[in-house]
Amino acid sequence: MTDHPADAILVVLETTPNGELATSAAGLLGAASRIGTPVALAVVAPGQAPALAEQAAALGAATVLVVETTSTHAELTVPQVDALAAAAAVVAPHAVLISNSIDGRDVAGRFAARSGAAIAVDAIGVSRDDEGIVAHHSVYGGAYNVDSAATFGPLVVTVRQGAVDARAEARPVAIESLDVSPSGAASAAIESVEAVTETSSRPELRGATRVVAGGRGLGSTEKFALVEDLADALGAAIGASRAAVDAGYIPANHQVGQTGVSVSPQLYIALGISGAIQHRTGMQTAKNIVAVNKDPDAPIFEVADFGVVGDVFTVVPQLISALAERKR
Amino acid sequence: MKIVVIVKEVPDTYGERRLDLETGLADRAASEAVLDEIGERALEVALAYADSHDDAEIVVMSMAAESAAATIRKGLAMGAASAVHITDPGLAAADLGLTARTLAAAIRRTGFDLVIAGNLSTDGSGGVVPAMLAELLDVPNATALSSVEIAAGSVSGTRNIDGATVRVKAELPAVISITEALPDARLPNFKGIMAAKKKPFETLSAADLGIEPEDLSVAMSIMTAIAEKPPRAAGVKIIDAGDGGTRIAEFLIENRLA
Ligand SMILES: Cc1cc2nc3c(=O)[nH]c(=O)nc-3n(C[C@H](O)[C@H](O)[C@H](O)COP(=O)(O)OP(=O)(O)OC[C@H]3O[C@@H](n4cnc5c(N)ncnc54)[C@H](O)[C@@H]3O)c2cc1C
Repeated sequence: MTDHPADAILVVLETTPNGELATSAAGLLGAASRIGTPVALAVVAPGQAPALAEQAAALGAATVLVVETTSTHAELTVPQVDALAAAAAVVAPHAVLISNSIDGRDVAGRFAARSGAAIAVDAIGVSRDDEGIVAHHSVYGGAYNVDSAATFGPLVVTVRQGAVDARAEARPVAIESLDVSPSGAASAAIESVEAVTETSSRPELRGATRVVAGGRGLGSTEKFALVEDLADALGAAIGASRAAVDAGYIPANHQVGQTGVSVSPQLYIALGISGAIQHRTGMQTAKNIVAVNKDPDAPIFEVADFGVVGDVFTVVPQLISALAERKR
Repeated sequence: MKIVVIVKEVPDTYGERRLDLETGLADRAASEAVLDEIGERALEVALAYADSHDDAEIVVMSMAAESAAATIRKGLAMGAASAVHITDPGLAAADLGLTARTLAAAIRRTGFDLVIAGNLSTDGSGGVVPAMLAELLDVPNATALSSVEIAAGSVSGTRNIDGATVRVKAELPAVISITEALPDARLPNFKGIMAAKKKPFETLSAADLGIEPEDLSVAMSIMTAIAEKPPRAAGVKIIDAGDGGTRIAEFLIENRLA
């Protein structure tokens, strides 16, 4: 077994339902490279390890520990936690970085509980000071910056998706296969997995530089197309308020806010959104905010850099044609 | 079937939420405290099951400040049979690890077939406690369920993760968490509010659960710094006079956003 660097940071790679490396990997490895030597863990289906390890090395993994197993297709969370426990025992990392996704949080939570490690969630970055690893958080919708650290031992950190811009330099591929003895911990069975193929060519909401979001003011699924038209004119991702999601105008993964996605784009355009505090929590750290709402007292105007009191159905088509005009 | 529903008292998100810059804790005086909406939905999942199953016994459980008792009692008014309130000054600044250990000890003491929690709380927004509880209780976790079916010996549901919809099933006992896709909770009625006064309400300290909050041999996550960011200031607001769209286009072009 190879020796692992003393400043190892263990990064748990996530894969998509069809086995590819998830987009979160670049940010996790980038963050890890700023505080130590990134060592990645890939729990994959048999045969997939070489391709995945190559991609991880290109994103900065010094070593890729691989576990080839089919158990992750049948059991929820526990196989990844068993692999992570084995990897942590081999690597003795200063920190474990995991994506703050639904699956990532489960793995982080079970692993921290099992190993007795301190856990910090939803970090927007990590750094290292004299005493060790520090996780940085943005809480209450960006109103406060909070740092946290472990009293001792490794810090398990879930990192907000799309929050880390740092990227690590590519490294040569170094694969190490890892032996895992199953813990036998009870797990839920996975009965079926249905890939949801986002057929759209639009940018993903998380990490997007521009977001156009629509609310209940759009009035119907058909009319919500106006939001899509403006998004396409600007090459923006599509966001929505919870009311728009509840009304069925758009799937829930587009929800911006406290219980949806938090975004910090260069530009956020809010159409027919009142600006309830739970919505603002997810978007008020955007660099530029534009709002269109027919109610002059809508709270969204309190955070808008440029607000238009008007009807989205007249203002937005005019905006789209003005943008098209300029392109010609 | 004994169902423990984990609820949390949080600052009302409709008001301004503040952190105390001295302690880093939620400033409880700054906003009104309410039962977290997602916890209410978790309770609704249990209540809906109990509506058609007489053998269901629902316990609401919360680790919260002493003042939260009235908020927890709302769970009884909604229909839970009993409440467990874990309160201890030593737990006020509990990190996720201590919170999970304390709740796990209380759940073990109460006994359970199923634990239901919200997927994310609206204040700390951690989202890892359900999985931590499952590990500590040595049972399966099935988190972030947007639909739930409870059967005699198992619980199943749907989770919408990035890029896939996954059907999962766990044998009981188990811990699940649910998302806001599940229905809003019922309102307590007058009968429920009156009945709540007579229902068992247990108050436990850390010591009652064999938990030592100040145990320095356990790794903890601590807050090392906190800073408040200046609030965002409003910019220009115009009334559309027929050129609103053009004006936005100009704003975008001027700021190199289009
Ligand atoms: C615990 C909790 C969590 C929550 N989490 C979230 C969250 O993550 N994200 C979120 O968004 N919400 C969240 N909410 C809900 C939030 O409180 C609001 O209910 C929601 O954001 C309102 O959405 P909206 O602005 O689209 O709808 P509304 O508040 O109904 O606003 C619609 C707006 O459209 C305007 N309008 C109507 N017609 C037109 C027109 N033709 N042209 C221009 N303007 C028009 C109206 O003036 C109005 O301001 C949460 C609530 C709770 C309690």
